[in-house]
Amino acid sequence: MSEGVSQPDQPQALAGEGRDLFSKFDPLIAMREGLLAGGQEDPFNLVMEKVLSPTRAICNGRDTILLGTYNYMGMTFDEDVIAAGKQALDEFGSGTTGSRVLNGTYQGHKECEDALREFYAMDHAMVFSTGYQANLGIISTIAGKGDYIVLDIDSHASIWDGCKLGDAEVVPFKHNDIEAMDKRLGRIPEGAGKLVILEGVYSMLGDVAPLKEMVAVAKKHGAMVLVDEAHSMGFIGEHGRGVCEAAGVIDDCDFIIGTFSKSVGTVGGFCVSNHPKFEIMRLVCRPYVFTASLPPSVVATAATSIRKLMHGSNKRAHLWENSKRLHGGLKALGFQLGTETPQSAIVAVIMPDLERGAMMWEALLKEGLYVNLARPPATPANMTLLRCSLCAEHSAEEVETVLGMFERAGKAVGIIEG
Amino acid sequence: MTRDQVDARIRAIAEPFNKKGVEIDEDTTFAGDLEFDSLTVMDFVAAIEDEFDIIISMNQQAEIESWGDLVDTVAKMASQ
Repeated sequence: MSEGVSQPDQPQALAGEGRDLFSKFDPLIAMREGLLAGGQEDPFNLVMEKVLSPTRAICNGRDTILLGTYNYMGMTFDEDVIAAGKQALDEFGSGTTGSRVLNGTYQGHKECEDALREFYAMDHAMVFSTGYQANLGIISTIAGKGDYIVLDIDSHASIWDGCKLGDAEVVPFKHNDIEAMDKRLGRIPEGAGKLVILEGVYSMLGDVAPLKEMVAVAKKHGAMVLVDEAHSMGFIGEHGRGVCEAAGVIDDCDFIIGTFSKSVGTVGGFCVSNHPKFEIMRLVCRPYVFTASLPPSVVATAATSIRKLMHGSNKRAHLWENSKRLHGGLKALGFQLGTETPQSAIVAVIMPDLERGAMMWEALLKEGLYVNLARPPATPANMTLLRCSLCAEHSAEEVETVLGMFERAGKAVGIIEG
Repeated sequence: MTRDQVDARIRAIAEPFNKKGVEIDEDTTFAGDLEFDSLTVMDFVAAIEDEFDIIISMNQQAEIESWGDLVDTVAKMASQ
């Protein structure tokens, strides 16, 4: 036995009393404890005991209206969608246990990609296991060392992480600022590869990007354009293809990234493109290759849902009515909103601070309403937001009920005048 | 443009962002001493980029900790 056995092979304590790798989280732990000490329900730990429909669930024993999901088109309980999932579960089993490039591509994955190509009228579609991985994979693979990515400062975490993974030069510009974007693109060294990344709908405030102008500017500078349409798919644009369709610039978008976890109503992510060499991505994109593919039931529900969304114009129209009514109603009650006009299915209510935001969130939950509490650093300008996201399955009456709940809770907490 | 000239021009840009009037020397840090948050950094960097017609990517920003680092970086870029 060597003497090493009786000796530690590393220093036993890190420098500094009681400090370890978790010490960096101390301020956040303290903030959370402070919030919960006031007897608050934990806004980030809510459990839904039963889900009754796309718009209702039992939370803490209460029948609750769901106004904080991304179930924009209410597809989660669609009969055809559920039947397709059950059939795939029976016929193909519970999971693929493998990568898309090995044993993980089933008939259902191909059918799902076919549905996407038809939905977007594009040549290529690639399905990822999550929306996060779609951004992570596509961005990091196409923009590498020496290339330049120009992106909006309010971009989603998955976009930032994709930038970091790929090691490209990252140049952000002020949110939705066309001139700032133009200037930055103009200063990129000649010959460098350029990728502009935009989102159709920015999820925190629910505002849309001026894609018509921005895509034109990007093209003027010879940049490729990637648009994340996660929060607009199924809802915005004549065929539900997103803000790029509504703005008339979809043909100039090189890559559209989307997700199945919002309007489609399950989980997964995708990229569609007309680039002639796009299929090579399947071999070189690490977040596509080095993970298991989606279960057969998930791709079957996604494909069925996407095909139904092609014919969802009535639902789209009702969702717009809901968004307009909620936005107008909240504004009339005196709440401060993230956008002057309703621009998407997201209506963000700006809270004066985190403490009162959490109080308001809890008051609404007790009324029987679930909304998202969003706080820094996920929010722009360090705002605390109560984010309401509407569903095409919310009835007009439910929206009125929601407004009544906001009025009572807002007065009780002192956010609006009573 | 000399390093001193670059320093003077950046100093003028920094003034409205330096809300607490911290005295700036070569070793002054942006995160620690000037307490710039990420949004302030973006606006400050954008103003410098416009002034010198340069691009300072986030990768390059990550290497800049002190005032002296920033002046060095900008002086080098502006001379190219």
